[in-house]
Amino acid sequence: MNETWIALKELRENRMAAVGAVIIIFLVFVAFFAPFLAPHNPLEQNLEKRLLAPNSEYPFGTDELGRGIFSRLLYGTRISLEIGVIVVGITALLGTILGCISGYYGGIVDEIIMRSVDVVLAFPSIILALVIAGLLGPGVFNLILALAVTHWPGYTRLVRGMTLSVKEKEFVEAARALRASSFYIMRRHILPNCINPVIVLATLGIAHTIIFAAALSFLGLGIQPPTPEWGAMLKAGIPYLRSAPFLTFFPGIMIMITVLAFNFLGDGLRDTLDPRAKEMLMMRK
Amino acid sequence: MTRIKVENLKKYFYSGIFRKKMIKAVDGISFEIKEGKTLGLVGESGCGKTTVGRTILRLIEPTEGKIFFDGEDITSIDGRELKKMGKEMQVIFQNPDSSLNPRMRIYDSIAEPLRIHKICNKKDEKERIYELIETVNLNEELLFRYPHELSGGQIQRVVIARILSLNPKFIIADEPTSMLDVSVQAQILNLMKDLQEKYGISYLFISHDLEVVEWMSDEIAIMHKGKIVERK
Ligand SMILES: Nc1ncnc2c1ncn2[C@@H]1O[C@H](COP(=O)(O)OP(=O)(O)O)[C@@H](O)[C@H]1O
Ligand SMILES: [Mg+2]
Repeated sequence: MNETWIALKELRENRMAAVGAVIIIFLVFVAFFAPFLAPHNPLEQNLEKRLLAPNSEYPFGTDELGRGIFSRLLYGTRISLEIGVIVVGITALLGTILGCISGYYGGIVDEIIMRSVDVVLAFPSIILALVIAGLLGPGVFNLILALAVTHWPGYTRLVRGMTLSVKEKEFVEAARALRASSFYIMRRHILPNCINPVIVLATLGIAHTIIFAAALSFLGLGIQPPTPEWGAMLKAGIPYLRSAPFLTFFPGIMIMITVLAFNFLGDGLRDTLDPRAKEMLMMRK
Repeated sequence: MTRIKVENLKKYFYSGIFRKKMIKAVDGISFEIKEGKTLGLVGESGCGKTTVGRTILRLIEPTEGKIFFDGEDITSIDGRELKKMGKEMQVIFQNPDSSLNPRMRIYDSIAEPLRIHKICNKKDEKERIYELIETVNLNEELLFRYPHELSGGQIQRVVIARILSLNPKFIIADEPTSMLDVSVQAQILNLMKDLQEKYGISYLFISHDLEVVEWMSDEIAIMHKGKIVERK
């Protein structure tokens, strides 16, 4: 992992990436300690205090059922990050393995895997996710499934391409001449040399997944009320867009900040972990 | 004793969707290499030298012909027999920049053959590695570095140490020094010669440089467009 570490150290000099990383660390902290940080129970309704504008007791105001928006947003951080990490974890792992197998073996296996990729990519991903979530019905598990189905092909394409180039390298030929098994070669030689761009894609993937999850919940297909998910909160606030804009403003801001943070970090990582940039670094020596 | 024998070896590559184009990369080559001897294979770039080596190693399948190792036909062996050949027959490639996995420390690269063939336990492995790097005159400090921190000459020494761990009887050296400086080149060639004397290794020494080949080889075959056109 030596080279990855060097690249991560360089990352500190990239200001945008550093900002993204700091925000993400902060959000993770919030997600972990939401129960201690939240001034109110995010589910407790208080109809006497509905639609209050931001005040000292409720920093971001209250929603249509009198729940503190601030507290709900803190808990929402947890949900959004969890979904992002779970979906990206599943898709990156699965997509990477499929891409590696596809590129390494070629032939019919490659055909089958890559045609499946083409099928998924033939539809705009938000529409495909919508259809799947619509068919499966609302709920966290179905939401994760819909997002996973639409998000693996990127990793497969990326890793397949990398595998095709790495497998021509002499150290792979040398391992084959040693009669190492295909499994060994993929695990020890090919995958470690594909990991950097996968990290980049996964970071950007978290941003993408969080937006998708919010969008599906906004459309009523993802996470359901009363769970304090940001997209679902946006939806609930729509009728009060004029009379109580803080219902939609704050969840919107949270989604935006979180997505931007992951995008900043991902772009920074791309600059430092990109294989071509890395090769140029190595040539300088 | 004949270590390796190749009979009428052919390798054709087909390209184009409907197999319209055929490249006769190797077109009917025969030779023999005795125990402890070197055959030099010379020829301009693209004449098929690398393909000969890869075919003998069974990294690609020959179109036609037979390959014998110590009298045994290895043209179509597989499974356990082929795995055993991995210990007997090894290869050194041309390009030091990609001969070692950039993600592996030198120590692990040298240990790899031992691990793949499950030859020794961790403690013996360490002993063996220190012995090997001494054999190829490398500094112990390099063991815990990564390939990009080494020079081309050092990498080729690591590659040699790595394959020596299996005590191979036959090594295919595919232009092992053509990307090194002249002074380093001589050191590596000398090392290869010393090892041959010490362990009785046979070499198929591939190069486009006739002078180098003459210095290394007992016999020379000159290749042109997939065929051997002259022997010395
Ligand atoms: N995998 C392959 N597919 C198609 N053609 C190949 C392949 N490998 C080598 N060739 C062709 O075979 C010929 C001989 O190549 P090679 O053995 O690498 O020559 P040399 O090592 O003498 O430079 C070249 O024309 C090359 O383009
Ligand atoms: Mg060649």
